[in-house]
Amino acid sequence: MAKKFRKGGVHPPENKSTRNLPCETFPLPEVAVIPLSQHIGAPSVACVEVGQTVVVGQLIGRSGGFVSAGVHSSVSGRVTAVGDVTDIRGMRTPAVMIEVEGDTWLDTVDRSEEIVHECDLAPEEIVARVAEAGVVGMGGATFPTHVKLSPPPNTKADTLIINGAECEPYITCDHRLMVERSREIVVGATIASRALGVERTVIAVEANKPDAIEALRLAAAGRVEVAELRTRYPQGGEKQLIEAVTGRRVPSGGLPIAVGAVVQNVGTAVAVYEAVQKRKPLIERRLTVTGSGVARGGNFAVRIGTPFEKLIDHCGGLRDDQIKIISGGPMMGYATGNMQSPVTKGTTGILALSGSEARRRPETSCIKCAKCVSVCPMGLEPYLLIKLVRLGRAADAEPRAILDCIECGSCAYTCPASLPLLDFIRTGKRTVAQLKRERDAK
Amino acid sequence: MEKKLVISPSPHVYGGENTLRLMLDVLVALAPALAVSFWVYGWNVLVVTAVSIASCVAAEWLLQRFLLRGPLTVGNLSAVVTGTLLAFNLPSTLPLWMVATGALVAIGVGKMSFGGLGRNPFNPALVGRVFLLLSFTGAMTTFPAVTDAVTGATPLGFIKGGLKSGLSISELASQLSYADLLFGFKSGSFGEISALALILGGIYLMIRRVISWHIPATVLGSMALLSGVLWLADPSSYMSPLFHLLTGGAMLGAFFMATDYSTSPMNRRGMVVFGVGIGLLTMTLRLWSAYPEGMSFAILIMNAFVPLINKYVKPRRFA
Repeated sequence: MAKKFRKGGVHPPENKSTRNLPCETFPLPEVAVIPLSQHIGAPSVACVEVGQTVVVGQLIGRSGGFVSAGVHSSVSGRVTAVGDVTDIRGMRTPAVMIEVEGDTWLDTVDRSEEIVHECDLAPEEIVARVAEAGVVGMGGATFPTHVKLSPPPNTKADTLIINGAECEPYITCDHRLMVERSREIVVGATIASRALGVERTVIAVEANKPDAIEALRLAAAGRVEVAELRTRYPQGGEKQLIEAVTGRRVPSGGLPIAVGAVVQNVGTAVAVYEAVQKRKPLIERRLTVTGSGVARGGNFAVRIGTPFEKLIDHCGGLRDDQIKIISGGPMMGYATGNMQSPVTKGTTGILALSGSEARRRPETSCIKCAKCVSVCPMGLEPYLLIKLVRLGRAADAEPRAILDCIECGSCAYTCPASLPLLDFIRTGKRTVAQLKRERDAK
Repeated sequence: MEKKLVISPSPHVYGGENTLRLMLDVLVALAPALAVSFWVYGWNVLVVTAVSIASCVAAEWLLQRFLLRGPLTVGNLSAVVTGTLLAFNLPSTLPLWMVATGALVAIGVGKMSFGGLGRNPFNPALVGRVFLLLSFTGAMTTFPAVTDAVTGATPLGFIKGGLKSGLSISELASQLSYADLLFGFKSGSFGEISALALILGGIYLMIRRVISWHIPATVLGSMALLSGVLWLADPSSYMSPLFHLLTGGAMLGAFFMATDYSTSPMNRRGMVVFGVGIGLLTMTLRLWSAYPEGMSFAILIMNAFVPLINKYVKPRRFA
């Protein structure tokens, strides 16, 4: 029986047309633009100068604190600039620009194809290697992995869940990763579970990827569990995933560790494997390019810092005059106006939607159908939250648990009146968080 | 760069649902019941339905165009649904000017005066029906004959009247055929007669996820429960639960009237409270009030409680 979360959720058309396309190694860019803040937490601090030559894997940004991550050069060449660039959100962000020359790697990196299974390192040494390699959560949230692997002293993790749900429509890079690199995922998972000292390690995959489940079961050979999940969005949401696998619900405002769980994406498991066993820093990632806006889709292994435009051109360019380019999936991805945005550690895909797909539908009257309430996986009342926020009464949304919203977008997706429910809930969350900070400051 | 990039916050895709499609589904679900009514009562059924729909649409369009001067919303077909449901609650012989008057009250008072679709607290079709029932009681309770056994009286009216004149339940029940009640060979408002056709429509709405099972199941369940307890305790004074489920507005009310979006609660737990309230009130009115039928009043009374239910009966949070 497939495991499932119990409350709400939707099942959008999957549109995973690239699911059977093997991952291709994407050509090196001419110039790599590597942001110094690709993770949650303090930005890293540049430690290279203009004119300096760097090699692949060399540290170019030193971690800015405990909750931070180092940034490594994804290419070899000459640093042409260290300064601000425009990021995906159109904001200025510090970055290192490198003109690519050849492809010379740091010689400590083991680039062989051979899989290194054994790991008898102490947990502290594993965490140190993960931190050194700049590994962050690769499902899109980009939380520094070494922090997750070292839970606070008064907590205890008993279950490690490797998230292979990939519940976002269109995106297939994790699917391909699970099919093509199942052994690395399993080794990465056992290393992470060793670091955490957990009793149970589960790789959890949605039922719509039977080939991935089969490959993982074969690779796991009973050493770790492989669980099948019901295909339903947002199955890959941390709280929903923990509930499906362990039956425990993370309390409101709490972290997964409160119920003894740690969740890592399958891509992160591979990054952990490479960091610990191959001493390879996180300098490339897999992503999916897809959607009606590009001529052809594909799954690619891309160096960090490659501009979106290069990937889109490689896939035949944009097919329409009106296009929405989304970093990530259609439910939670971020629509960008910047074709020069670089691929970062958290870029799961580039989705190009064209024509009417790219447009928002006009809002009509709320008909009180209550569908937003029944699909909310957190048990909230989206119709009420949008009403309160629109009336300028965001403070009243706090006791209605607006901060519990995980921004999955199921409410807005399902609304027959096309109300911009999540837009206003986000605004309300920001207001409530601000009020809370002010209250705590007193 | 010539390309225009569209930017908006997530989510970037929509589900297949919209107001128009939901309304179309309701109309499709009402079609079998309309067909049975046409078969039993003839052309009058279609004429009354057409007049009711036309009057509802015209009322909404005229009010929006000339009085409210807001956007025109007749295109979403909600007025067509209201018109159909109002017609279903009328005798097929009702004078057409009364039909039109009822439609005007349904749309004008029941819906537009509160701000239109989604804002009305009371089911507009029932507002129209109850207005007509109270204003033109005679015309609203005179039904054409269908079978020889119960000429011109609805089964509920027949039982209530019979009990009053001293007949026993067993004598009365022997004159009724449960098959006729199920298929629709009985007197009544023309849309409510075929329990079977209405159940089929209700199942269609649930399969299409236009409605959930919570309201219909709790309305019918609580009706069956209350009438069942009484029937078991004293079968010589009370009709069976099956009789109550197959007669009057039970099926039309449970599947189509009580489930009206704007006038029912906003979460499933609230829907259960609402449905149980309607079921119990319906039985109370049927058994102990001056009227033989209670569904319309029960729904309208529970409509009034919806804001309170929404305030105090909340969905269960994740954690």
